[in-house]
Formats: sequence, C-alpha cells, structure tokens
Amino acid sequence: MVLPHRPGVGFKPQHYAGLTGDPGPVEWVEVHAENYMGDGGRALAQLASLRDRFALSVHGVGLSIGGEGRLDGDHLSRVRRVCERFEPASFSEHLAWSTHEGVYFNDLLPLPYREDTLARTAAHVQEVQEALARPILIENPSVYVTLPASEMDEIDFLTELAARTGCGLLLDVNNVLVSATNRQTDPLDYIDRFPHALVGEIHLGGHAVDADERGAPLLIDDHAHPVAPQVWALLDRTLALAGPQPVLIEWDNDLPDWPTLRAEAARAGAALDRAALDALR
Amino acid sequence: MSFSPKSLAVAGSLAAALAAHATTVQAASGQEKCYGVSLAGQNDCAAGPGTTCAGTSKVDYQGNAWKLVPAGTCTTMALPDGRHGSTEPLTRDMPTG
Amino acid sequence: MTGRSFQADFARALREPDRPLPDGLTDSRRFAVYRNTHAVTLAEALAQGFPVVAALVGAEFFAALAGAYRMAHPPRSPLLRLYGRAFPDFIAGFPPAAALPFLADVARLEWALLDSAEAADAPALPPASLAALPPDRLYAARLTLAPAVRLLSSAHPVLSIWRAHQPGGAAPGPGAERILITRPAFDPVPVALSEASFAALRMLASGATVGEAARHGDLTEVFTLLLDGGAITGLS
Repeated sequence: MVLPHRPGVGFKPQHYAGLTGDPGPVEWVEVHAENYMGDGGRALAQLASLRDRFALSVHGVGLSIGGEGRLDGDHLSRVRRVCERFEPASFSEHLAWSTHEGVYFNDLLPLPYREDTLARTAAHVQEVQEALARPILIENPSVYVTLPASEMDEIDFLTELAARTGCGLLLDVNNVLVSATNRQTDPLDYIDRFPHALVGEIHLGGHAVDADERGAPLLIDDHAHPVAPQVWALLDRTLALAGPQPVLIEWDNDLPDWPTLRAEAARAGAALDRAALDALR
Repeated sequence: MSFSPKSLAVAGSLAAALAAHATTVQAASGQEKCYGVSLAGQNDCAAGPGTTCAGTSKVDYQGNAWKLVPAGTCTTMALPDGRHGSTEPLTRDMPTG
Repeated sequence: MTGRSFQADFARALREPDRPLPDGLTDSRRFAVYRNTHAVTLAEALAQGFPVVAALVGAEFFAALAGAYRMAHPPRSPLLRLYGRAFPDFIAGFPPAAALPFLADVARLEWALLDSAEAADAPALPPASLAALPPDRLYAARLTLAPAVRLLSSAHPVLSIWRAHQPGGAAPGPGAERILITRPAFDPVPVALSEASFAALRMLASGATVGEAARHGDLTEVFTLLLDGGAITGLS
C-alpha cells in the first residue's frame, strides 16, 4: 500500500464536512499521530471514517528523532498503536528535536549536522523503523538560524541517513525556500541536488515574511498562508526531477474554509498532471 | 413474588426516568449526529488543542501577571458573589527583587 | 566545546528569554522564532482548552498567566492535550488570580470537559434491558458508568458561569454547584445536580449498589441524567 501520486491535505477536524462532502481532487489525508492518542471520542471516530475513503499518511511531530537523548519508549509505543490501529500507507517524522531532559518544546528544533549527530539520528530512525516494522520518511526542516557547530551539508546528512537506515525522505518544498532564504543559499540548487530517488512524499505550505536584526529576509514556516508563488515554481522543478509524488497541502493555523484549501489541492493536482505529461515526452 | 417497598421505590424511579428518556430520544431522533458539528450551545473546540508542526510569526507577550488585573468578562458579567473583577492590581505578596 | 551539550544550551535559552543566545548564534530575531513558537503555541493551546477562563480574565492577563504556567509546568509529554492538566491547581495557587476565587474551579470544569471528550467509548446499555430488571435485582445492582463520566462540585456556581459564556447563556446566580458530565455522543454535556443526586451518583461511581445510593433520596433525577447521557454501560 502506498500513497497515491495525487494531492492530499493535512486534515483538520473543522474540514470534516467539507472534505467528506466535496473532496475535489483530494485522494489522501495526513494527520499528526499525536492528535490520535486519546482513548476514544470524536477524533478517533473521524479518522476511522476517513480511513475508509482516503489513503492515509501519519505524520509524527513528537518523537524528537534528532535529539541527544534516548527516544521516549512510551511515546514510540503510542505511535506504534496509532499505526496498528489505522494502518497508514506511510509514516513520517522530522529531522529535528523537540524534547530535552523530559521537557517537550512543542516545536521542531534544529540540530547541528556532524558525524556524531548523524550516528545518533540514524540509530533513532532504525529504532522507530523496527518498532513500526516499516521504513519511514524523514522530512527536511525549516530552520531560522545557521548553527556554527554544523560540519556537514543538510543534503549530505539526509542522504547518508537514508543510506544507513533505508528510510525514505519527505521533501517539504516550502521548508526548502524558508531555510534557503534564512541561510542565504539558493533554494533551486537545493532542489537540484536533493536525492530525488529517495523522495516518497512532498509537502507544500505557506510561510510568513519577516526580517532579522539586520533587515535580511526571515521567512517563518507558519502554515497559515496560501502556498507562495516561488514554492509552486519549486514544486514544478521538483516534480520534473523526482517524477510524480504524493503532494500534501499543509495549512495548520488561521484555517481557510474548505473550498480555499481544496483549490490549493487542485493546483497541486494540475502540477502533477503537467509533470505526468512531461514524463511522457 | 413480592418485593420490598424500598426496591419498589427504586424501580419506580427507574420507570419514571425511562419514560422521560423515551420522550427525549424521540425529540432528538430527527437530529443527525453529524461529525464535527456541535450541538447548540456546545463549544466546537471541546476536543482541545491540536498539534502543529509549524512555527509562528506571532511574538510572545512578556506580560507580568503580578502587575495586571483580570480584565475580561469578569469585569462586565454580573458575578454571583456580588462583585465584578478586582480593579486594583495585587500589591501584597509581590515577589521581591 | 564546552562541557554542556548544544541541546542543553539551546533548550535553556529557549525557555528563559533573559538568557544569552546559544553559542555562536548572534541574531536575536532569528532565535526569537523558536522562543515565540514554544511560548505562543503553548499559550494558544491553553486558551483553546480553557476558553472560559481566557474570556473571564481577558487576553492580556491570560497571556501572562499562561507564561507563568509554562515556566512552572513545562510540558512533559508530546501530547498537547495533556498540557493543561495541572492548570486548575496552578490557578488556585496563583496570587494575581486571587480576586477571582471561582477561577480555578471553572478551569477544573473545562479540564473535565476536555478529559471526558477523549475518554474511551463505551456503548450504553439498551433502556429495554434496564426496564426488564426485577426490582430486587435493580436494588442490588452496581452500575458501570461510562469512562467519559465526570463528577465535580464547587462552592461557586461554575457551571452557570460556564454557561454564561456559551451562546444564549444567562448571567449566573449565586451558590455552590454540583455537576455531572456525560458524553451521549462525542460532545461532553455538563448538567447541574441536586445535592442528594450528587451524593447518590458519587456512591454509584465508587461501586455502591443502587439500593445503597437510594439512601440519599429519590433516584429519578440520577437515572434520568444517566440515561440521557448514555452513561450506564453495564450492570453487575
């Protein structure tokens, strides 16, 4: 079972009626594992019902895979329970950390890219893959700072992580633009150099535009806006290189009405159609 | 077979409740238990907060509660203990330093 | 390299805004994105879970309250829905909120509603199977209540205050209140209880027989509320 190479949306309960009543081009949904760890209630019932109609991706936000400490075994068990219960086509997590000494920071925090952090992250990815008995996808992060402790390029780090663990990669194209702008590097170069054969899913989302102390652009991955024009352009480039993929629209804050989100998904669908046509040429 | 007066009284309470319940169910049967749509008067956020994997462009407000007074509906809603919210900041028990 | 880890430095600077930036980072506006995300999303999570507390004290006070709570009770779980568990007790011990003596109990009600919403599902016994019970069997029975059932009592009219913040809610009257929460479908429903019914329900919830609970008085209200709430899930 795999995710269709078609548009999906990050599911929000507010969109249940719209999504089920008029899904438009949406063929799959992604949910955060952590929101489906209750004992019962509406969320689980909704997901069970969605599961019958849409392909499902479960996206973890709390495993702290890039963290210095050991993985939280209780939390990994909860993730496994969600996956056993809903049998998603895909499970993904982030190249980031969120927990330090038992405190959960509710954010996806950056790690320096070095041999020791690579070895630790690879061990964590392997532990998750063994617990879930499946390969997972790891997502490139949005970063706001450049860590001087880094000794490796992010793409080299991700490529080596996949080589050591057999995991796939989730390419968040908005994160590419956000991080490249914030690091003052070239997003197109990142897309071109990314290991396209390892990509198993693409994320798109909106960002906010701010500035740092020196007035340099500071993009913030807030998932509260429409997908930016540069990100749509980078998506076309990505699909030309990686071929058609499952493409997700993430809109988590300042939620739009369902027709607005559906229109974003339709735009991703049109990009996928163009890429499929180009692949025939 | 005979039953004690106490058990008959309890059975009578249940019978009355069952009769009242049947009426309630009849009245509600026309309403669909629509997912995600709250009953009238219910808070749609009853499921509580959800996670996000996004950042925020909002700035944390660094207010000091010790220098503030509650200033929401407690100041406008007539409260049962016959007063509104305090209008003076608390000065006692201020942390020193 | 210092003795401390990269992550320890980063975590400390994130939690405590007065700390210097972690080693090698210079732009405070860039690091502030992480600080803000941590602080703002946790404050927003509390505001979503405790909307009546937030409305009662207003946005500015609530933001400060949420910040103080975050420092005292940083989240210990990646499950955001658990983050407010200690909030009612924190409010009770928070001097700047002392002018609103009912605030902690309003928070307890909101927490109970959140907690009930995610409790395990359990089908209610069909009313017909209850109706068919012989009186002495009913008298000796112990009821299994649904996992979503919650009972609260307060010296303040917290349910009335809560209702005043719902659409069409009226101003609250004075007095203590006792509250039953059931979850007939997916939305927890709070109702006010008489003192006698509350006492009887407390006994039933702790495993007493129907006959023992009946010593507190007539059980019609108790049975009606439990039936309407789909809250009787078993008999023994």
